[in-house]
Amino acid sequence: MANLKPVPSTREFDLASDTLRDLNLYLHRHAVADGVSQIRVRNPDGAHSVACGLNADLDVHVHGHVGYYAAGMNSQASVTIHGNAGPGAAENMMSGRVHVKGFASTAAGASAHGGLLVIDGDASLRCGISLKGADIVVGGSVGSFSAFMAQAGRIVICGDAGDALGDSLYEAVIYVRGEVRSLGADARFEPMTDKDRAAVKGLLSAAGLGHEPGEFKRVASAKSLYHWHADANQEY
Amino acid sequence: MCGIVGLLVKRAEMRNQLGALMVPMLVGMTERGPDSAGLAVYTEPVSDRKHKLSLYSGEHAVDWPKLADELREAYKHPQDIATHGNHAVLTTGADPDLVSGWLAGHAPHVAVLSVGHSIDLYKDVGAPAEIAKRYRFSELNGTHLVGHTRMATESAVTPAHAHPFTAGRDFCLVHNGSLSNPHLVRKHLEPLGIEFETDNDTEAACRFFEWRLREGDDLKTAVARGFSVLDGFYTFLMGTDKELLIVRDAFACKPAVVAETDDYVAIASEFRSLAHLPHIAHAEIFEPKPEEIYTWRI
Repeated sequence: MANLKPVPSTREFDLASDTLRDLNLYLHRHAVADGVSQIRVRNPDGAHSVACGLNADLDVHVHGHVGYYAAGMNSQASVTIHGNAGPGAAENMMSGRVHVKGFASTAAGASAHGGLLVIDGDASLRCGISLKGADIVVGGSVGSFSAFMAQAGRIVICGDAGDALGDSLYEAVIYVRGEVRSLGADARFEPMTDKDRAAVKGLLSAAGLGHEPGEFKRVASAKSLYHWHADANQEY
Repeated sequence: MCGIVGLLVKRAEMRNQLGALMVPMLVGMTERGPDSAGLAVYTEPVSDRKHKLSLYSGEHAVDWPKLADELREAYKHPQDIATHGNHAVLTTGADPDLVSGWLAGHAPHVAVLSVGHSIDLYKDVGAPAEIAKRYRFSELNGTHLVGHTRMATESAVTPAHAHPFTAGRDFCLVHNGSLSNPHLVRKHLEPLGIEFETDNDTEAACRFFEWRLREGDDLKTAVARGFSVLDGFYTFLMGTDKELLIVRDAFACKPAVVAETDDYVAIASEFRSLAHLPHIAHAEIFEPKPEEIYTWRI
């Protein structure tokens, strides 16, 4: 008897000949109806907005480097960039997973509400700025002003952090394995609890990384900026 | 917003491909800078006793050979001129400052875009592809070049406001970003006898660095000094006859990507201007870190 297990249907786009609009329109409107769940994209050559605005359970693999806003606003889909990403990768992601195999430029995961962003290499400045609930795991280091005003979610940094990490943090929590050049206003180191170690372990495992959770330090908000203090002389 | 591109070829036999490799880089940055474009190319230097001046006449028709004859008459020095419509490269044995002064008096429509032993400079208003075609950029030869596509945000769209800016000899600079204190910088430089040609913020940076070079700084030292003097956003790409330099401000809001192979170093605001380069898949690719100075020598 023939194997009845359906073979996942794959579709390939080559951005050397297909337009970006062809690709994104297909991902938005036609992939699900066609029963296609795996999409491969060749020759992105730094194009902007590759696979952005997805809202279906698709598995997209982009082979090459992408420009601004790759996989921005992602919902449900898994997008893997086999290369480097330009500014704003996975910005405003709602759910799903975005995996950058190379490095990510500035503002990776900015304002993301949900889902998991994994960056195997370094992330540049302002990673996770204004994070609203997503998880970010960076295999390398992050640049300055990362997690600025991050409101919810978790950021795991396996390397070092630049200046002003977690400036004006709200409820987001940062775990750093390496050196922190400086903490931002109102960010502070806090003791790691069992719950923190379990959280780091889970995130590292989801990202496919094998560091020891005990090597990480927790950075969270001291919450001294939550309320206005008449006596603070406004020197924050 | 603007686009920057830079290219340095490491092997002598690649020098005749410099322009052809660069044109797609410049055109690739059209969306970042559709209103003007320009580039400085560093060629084989002329002899020590001579200088090259890149001249531009805009919409005015100039009889370049006649101009060269008049200069020959005035200075009794050989003057060679290579012309390209409204653009010419004058090679002169006379003092280039005297020649510039003579041009200002006798040919007021002719702007001197650059002076040096190696540098040739082209800039104009229009789409990058048009400008590349107008001045046959694809045929350019040389060791390295510095290019720019401009989307004006702080001063007028004119050829004089287009980049690269030059000052002194064989020095040029292009800029993506905006400075917030160019007038202050200018106020410090003007009493030193440094003259400005435009109200453009980038010109202030260019003249500041060139002043520091004349004061004895090497280029890296001059640029490091700029960290405490120049306020604003910038990715600067600079050229001298010997090197290419890139630097980004502390906030690194303005992008830059470098791709390096055994054959070349290519720099652009975005990877999409580098994607066509040979063996790019095997290049070392990185983003310059904020306030780190990267240089490559020919």
